[in-house]
Amino acid sequence: MRITADTTVCISAGMCALTAPGVFDQEDDDGLVAVLLPDPPEELRETAAEAVRLCPSGALDIR
Amino acid sequence: MSQTTTPESRSFPLPRQCPFAPPPEYGRLRAEEPVSKARLPTGGTAWLVTRYEDVRTVLSSAVFSADGTRPGFPTLLPGQAQVLQRPPFIRMDPPQHSFYRRMLIQEFTLKRIKTMRPGIQATVNRLLDDLLARTPPVDLVEAFALPVSSLVICQLLGVPYDDHEFFQSRSKVGVSGESTAEQFAAALGELRAYMDGLITRKQQEPGDELLSKLVTEHLEPAGELRRDELLMMCLMLLNAGHETTANMISLGTVALLEHPDQLAALRENPELLPDIIEELLRYLSIADLVTTRIAAEDTELSGTRIRAGEGVIALLAAADWDPAAFPEPERLDVHRGNRHHVAFGYGVHQCLGQNLARAELEVVFSTLFRRIPTLRVAVPVDELPYKHGNLAYGIHELPVTW
Repeated sequence: MRITADTTVCISAGMCALTAPGVFDQEDDDGLVAVLLPDPPEELRETAAEAVRLCPSGALDIR
Repeated sequence: MSQTTTPESRSFPLPRQCPFAPPPEYGRLRAEEPVSKARLPTGGTAWLVTRYEDVRTVLSSAVFSADGTRPGFPTLLPGQAQVLQRPPFIRMDPPQHSFYRRMLIQEFTLKRIKTMRPGIQATVNRLLDDLLARTPPVDLVEAFALPVSSLVICQLLGVPYDDHEFFQSRSKVGVSGESTAEQFAAALGELRAYMDGLITRKQQEPGDELLSKLVTEHLEPAGELRRDELLMMCLMLLNAGHETTANMISLGTVALLEHPDQLAALRENPELLPDIIEELLRYLSIADLVTTRIAAEDTELSGTRIRAGEGVIALLAAADWDPAAFPEPERLDVHRGNRHHVAFGYGVHQCLGQNLARAELEVVFSTLFRRIPTLRVAVPVDELPYKHGNLAYGIHELPVTW
């Protein structure tokens, strides 16, 4: 699994960090998405994938 | 069976029957005419979009523009056209929309909101102390729902709460389906003048709240924000911050009292709190009428041709009650595992303050029913004055006893 974020698209809705807090965070300085675990361990993959689906701006990609 | 209507006779907003369910006609439209034309109260027509997937498409696709200055942008209230001449950034498309939104997002991250929780809890505690000292029945809107949301947004923005009667009464005119264009213009003029004065005060004596930050970091000539842009941005934040959350508090309280099984589940297991909030957001979808768009080019949605320049209303409550996305949508069910609702919209315009709203609602509903376990509505719930035709659905007054 490989999760990437496009910070030029992110609108900081926070759905990712809310849904999968171990995988995503929001930067302190600009509020934009930070991917903490681009290749999350097995037990976090389902919530990580859900977080990607819930992203309203389409800033997240999963492969 | 609900009655079939034609575009000529279907006037929008459609009527509700049950105060806690979307208009029943949404269900028929979703099944038979998922993209259907309706006549707007301000004249003209717009396409009503009722399916969950279509609503998400409209709100996330650049084909459907949020630019309120485009000719023919759909309006529901007589005074809206005036605001749209110089709209706040929520009625703009990227890249302009992103430019303004990015000035604000640091203040609304999950971590920032978390730091506000003790303050929100203290506010809720104090308001409930005051409420319990009164003799019931008490209006929960006036004594609790509105002060909670107003105090929180005032603190965040740096607006003096002592002015709340002024801005609440003017904002009320701005969102009411019963206001005339003249009343709307007068209220907007007063709000602009008020905010202009406040900006001047922040220029002279900046503090550390959001309004001061915007003034010192972004206002011309040092920054990139014109004074009238800052003014509309602040009015939008003030209005969105107190009006919508207050409606969710009052409606959510009644919805939980009307579903004692859900309230009991919450009491037994407080960890369900975030789930019940998401489910209340879906079930009530109070911003149903807010997400209006205009087609930027010819397109097609669920087999219906939409032409450039035609108005589109992505009905949030219709999407959030679509059985294809939420089986048995009429059931308020904390165990639904629902995170994909569109109560805060979708796409790049999704609600900026959504995590502040979640925090307020969590503090409110964890505290209200613990402090007042015998809370009940003092009149039959069918007789409550609901905000039919308002941009944000809610209750005008909610007499409660305990």
